[in-house]
Formats: sequence, C-alpha cells, structure tokens
Amino acid sequence: MGRLDNKVAVITGAASGIGLATAVRFAGEGAAVVIGDLNEDGGQSAVRQCRENGGRAVFQRCDVAAEADIKALIERAVKEFGKLDVIFNNAGLGGAVGTIEEVTVENWDRTMAILLRAVFVGMKYAVPEMRRIGGGSIISTASVAGLSGGRGPHAYSAAKAAVINLTRSVALEVGKDRIRVNCICPGGINTPLLYNRLPGGQETTAQFLSQIQPIPRAGLPDDIANMALFLASDESEWVTGTAMVVDGGLTAGAALFDRAGAPQLTVPGGFSGPSFEK
Amino acid sequence: MGKLDGKVAVITGAASGMGRASAILFAKEGASVVVTDLNSQGGEMVVSEIAAAGGRAVFQRTDVTSEVDIKAAIDRAVKEYGRLDITFNNAGVAGAVGELENIEARDWDRTFAVLTRAPFFGIKHSIAPMRKSGGGSIISTASTAGIRGVAGLHAYSAAKAAVVNLTQSAAIALGHDRIRVNCICPGGVLTPLIYRGVPGGEEAAERNLARMQPIPRAGRPEDIAAMALFLASDDAQWITGAAMIVDGGVTTGNVRIRMEQLGTGGFSGPSFER
Ligand SMILES: NC(=O)c1ccc[n+]([C@@H]2O[C@H](COP(=O)([O-])OP(=O)(O)OC[C@H]3O[C@@H](n4cnc5c(N)ncnc54)[C@H](O)[C@@H]3O)[C@@H](O)[C@H]2O)c1
Ligand SMILES: NC(=O)c1ccc[n+]([C@@H]2O[C@H](COP(=O)([O-])OP(=O)(O)OC[C@H]3O[C@@H](n4cnc5c(N)ncnc54)[C@H](O)[C@@H]3O)[C@@H](O)[C@H]2O)c1
Repeated sequence: MGRLDNKVAVITGAASGIGLATAVRFAGEGAAVVIGDLNEDGGQSAVRQCRENGGRAVFQRCDVAAEADIKALIERAVKEFGKLDVIFNNAGLGGAVGTIEEVTVENWDRTMAILLRAVFVGMKYAVPEMRRIGGGSIISTASVAGLSGGRGPHAYSAAKAAVINLTRSVALEVGKDRIRVNCICPGGINTPLLYNRLPGGQETTAQFLSQIQPIPRAGLPDDIANMALFLASDESEWVTGTAMVVDGGLTAGAALFDRAGAPQLTVPGGFSGPSFEK
Repeated sequence: MGKLDGKVAVITGAASGMGRASAILFAKEGASVVVTDLNSQGGEMVVSEIAAAGGRAVFQRTDVTSEVDIKAAIDRAVKEYGRLDITFNNAGVAGAVGELENIEARDWDRTFAVLTRAPFFGIKHSIAPMRKSGGGSIISTASTAGIRGVAGLHAYSAAKAAVVNLTQSAAIALGHDRIRVNCICPGGVLTPLIYRGVPGGEEAAERNLARMQPIPRAGRPEDIAAMALFLASDDAQWITGAAMIVDGGVTTGNVRIRMEQLGTGGFSGPSFER
C-alpha cells in the first residue's frame, strides 16, 4: 500500500533536481503524476523513471511564466487522471543575479514571474479542482533564502520570502475546504541549479555543500522529496500554512566557535536561467 | 517493512495523549519502544496494547524532573534492546497557569523542570549511546506557545520557547555526529492536558478546538505522532534544528479582515481615487 495511492499530482520543474526526485518518489507511492517543465528531454526521461518506479506519469511542456501553460497543466491532470489532489509548485532557477545596481528591471520581472507569479497561478487554478473533490494539498518550493538575507540573489530571496507569506495567506482562506497549503525551505541541495552554474561542477559543489551546515553532507533532492511526500500524504492532514525547513541545520543559528575557513560562494552578475540551458 | 525497523526509541509522557499515540505508531513501524511516564497504570496499558498488536515495548516509570530517572530510562533502552536511535522528549503539563502577578516562583520552577530541563536531560544523556549507534534522532514537543506567547500560559510559553532554541543550539553542536535534534510545535490538540477539568470535558473542548484554526477540526494525538514518525525516520536524514509546526494553521495569521469586506475580486486602487 502506497502513501499516495489513488492521488493525482502535478509537479512543475519535474525534469530535474528536486522536482524529478519528487515525481519518482510520488510515483513509487502510488500517485499518478503530471510532469511539467520547459525541458522536454528531461521531462520524457522523468516519465520513464516514474514508470520504472511503478507509477503512472505523463509529461506536458510548460513554461510556468505563462498563466495558460499552468492552467493547461492542471486541466491535463483532470483529463488524464480524473482529478487533482496535489500540486507541487517547484520550477525554479537562480534568476537575476548580481549586486543591487546590476540587477535590471527586466531580469527582476522575469525572476518574479517564474519564482512567485507561477506559484500564485498554480494555487489559483488548483483550488477549484481540489474543492470539487473535498480537499487537497498545495506545496511550493520556497527556500532558506526566503527566511533571511544573504542566502541567495536579491530577486530570488525576495520572491522566496513572498512564497512563504503567500502560503500563509492562502492557507487561511482555504482551510475550511480542507485544502492545505504549505511550502518547503530547502538549504543547499546539490542539483543542476547549483552545479551547472558553479565552477567545478557536481563534485566540487557536493564538497562545498557538505561544509556549510551542521550535518556534514550536501543536501540531496530526495531529502526534499521526502518532505514533499509527507506534506502530500494524509499523514499531514492537520498541517497547513507552514514553511518546512529542510536544510541540514543551516539556519538553526550560529556556532560560537565557527569552524575556520568556512567556504564562500561568488557568482557573476546577469541572469541565471533554467539549469538545463548552458 | 516498517519505517523504523530495527530502531530503538525512548518516549517520555507516553502513557497518554501524543506520547501514547507516538509509542503505538513507532512500534507499529517496527521500533522497540521504552514507554516512560509518571503514570504507571497508563504506561503499562500502552505496553499491553503494543504487545497485543505484535510490537515490542517495555514500561519504565520515570519522573522527568529527575535527571537520574531520565538517564535510567535511556540505560534501560540500551540494556533491553542493545542501542538507542530515537529519544522523544514529550512529557508535559500546563504548569503554572493564570495571571502573572499570581504565579509563585515555586510553580514557575516546577513548570521549567518538566518542560525545559527534562528535554535538556534527554538530549544530554542520548548523546553517548547515539554516537555509539552512529547517529540518532532527538525530538522534543515544544508548542505553538513557544513561537508566540499565550496570555495565561506565561511559564508554559517561556518554557516552550526555550525548547525551540535549545533544539537549535543542540542541532548545531551534534550535526557532525549525525545526531539530529528537532522539535514539534503542536497547536490545540485534543488530549487530557487540554480537557482535564474543563467544563463540558472532552466534547466541549473538541468543539472549541475545531473553531480555533483554518482547518475546521481539533488536532488529534495522531497528527503529532505522524510528524514525530517522520522526524524519527531516515526520511528526515537531513533535517535538524527545525521547529515543525503542526497546528491546523493556527499560527498562520489572523483573519481579521474578511475578504468579502474588500470586495469580490478586482483591484483596490490608490486610496485617493474613488
Ligand atoms: N538547489 C538548491 O540548493 C535549492 C535551494 C532552495 C530552493 N531551491 C528551489 O528548488 C526548486 C527546484 O530547483 P532544483 O534545485 O531542483 O533545480 P533544477 O534546475 O534541477 O530544477 C528546476 C527545474 O525547473 C525547470 N524550470 C525552470 N524554469 C522554468 C519555467 N519557466 N517553466 C517550467 N520549468 C522551468 C528547469 O527546467 C528544471 O527542470 C526551485 O524552485 C529552486 O529555487 C533549490
Ligand atoms: N494538547 C495540546 O494542545 C498541546 C499543545 C502543544 C504542546 N503540547 C505538549 O505536548 C506534550 C504532550 O502532552 P499531551 O497533550 O499529550 O498531554 P497528556 O496529558 O495527554 O500527556 C502528557 C503525559 O506526560 C506525563 N507527565 C507529566 N508530567 C510528568 C513527569 N514529571 N514525568 C513523567 N511524565 C510526566 C503525563 O502523565 C501524561 O501521561 C506536552 O509536552 C505538552 O506540553 C500539548
């Protein structure tokens, strides 16, 4: 018996990283999954991995910056599998990077469209479908960058903080419909979003990420998928409005005696696009 | 296959409420459980219930205000089952309640002894056996009252806030040993702690609790047990220092302004425009 038997889930950004791991995990627990992403090759491969893990899945190309694409994704879930129980608003990228005076208004707006507006649009179209079936679970990927400054680029940090508070305000409105709204704040997870953009690639990034928090290893996509699974399942029936921190202890506080030589990240300015694009 | 197969857990306050629900769930998921409480009769009943369902558990009478008792409960786990993987510091009382100016120092101290000092002892004495196991998961029951104060529950609010912060500092210190330290912040959960002595008892309490938060039902001990299980399991391998809120949304905010009062849909423009 799976923890998501008979549930139908839409996951954005499921061609890679956290979304991919979550799609495979959900499929293995009995859910039917609609995979939405810009990246078609990755999306098709995600479908195969979901099926290999014993679940049902379909891919639909989707640009989360387009309202119509998200609406169509949700319609696809209903058409293909009959209903919608879970939406995981997860697609993301680094977005506008650089110092505050380097960030252009255009890049700011593009970042907000993908990291924040897409989450709003996902909620907007998921709520009526979930109400129809007597409840559901909305999950979004925020970030520890949404909890304090200095843990991500400016636009990214602002967008993720907004996702956390949007989660709260919508949770208040739809609790009576048994629709739960939560988000996850991952710490440093070794996904293409980071390692395709950092010098040295996946191994160097793993090395770097293993040193930045109390638990001495890099975060893995499965660490977040496990939390998403908990929030998607009926085990969390009374959990709503929360920002679940999964960060190996990164934000727990400071150590009085910091380990010497804590590593630093430097990223050049500009716009950091979807991780599959070089 | 259970989520806690082969693991050994100590749970305080396991004769009733959330501790009881967690002991039953942990055992069902394959853990061997040391059920501890002041209440021997209640504790023995939980052990029988677990045994009847085919699980493994023993009872050890424990007063969590006593460091010796807590250490003995942990030693019992190692003696009985060979190791320690999970400690759930959960025993609790409402403690010194009422108006600030009427709280006696003695009652303040007793509240802290149960709610704050006991989790400290639990963490302290779990470290050595968990290191030996190559890691472990320490969970404490804090409260939403530890995030935002509740008038009338002054000592309780302060004591639970201390649990949240102790969780964080311990997590930082113990991460390297793969010992994870987290707490759970429940909202209003229907247990004897809440309905004991309340006029109308359990039913009235349930009706009141159902209206307190966005999700229109009272919290159940099982809601908290499910989070405790998640934190105890390897699914939460990379989670430490976290305060997990399980409250039906009560701390999410306040619906002071009803949406209808702002109009249905549309856009609210600059205030000088009509
Ligand atoms: N990796 C981390 O350390 C970390 C930390 C905190 C939060 N996050 C968040 O986790 C989420 C997932 O990121 P990841 O780390 O798995 O990265 P990833 O790059 O591996 O995956 C993100 C996916 O989103 C897709 N995507 C990007 N823009 C899109 C668009 N406009 N429309 C549709 N799909 C789009 C990408 O193609 C990619 O498949 C993001 O929201 C990210 O901000 C990541
Ligand atoms: N019920 C709620 O709404 C609520 C909300 C937030 C937090 N909490 C916390 O949850 C935890 C569990 O409480 P519950 O609601 O299940 O209540 P409960 O009264 O059903 O269970 C608490 C158990 O702790 C035991 N206990 C009390 N003092 C003890 C001591 N000195 N030594 C050993 N055992 C002792 C009691 O005998 C009882 O079995 C407590 O820490 C409480 O503060 C409860």
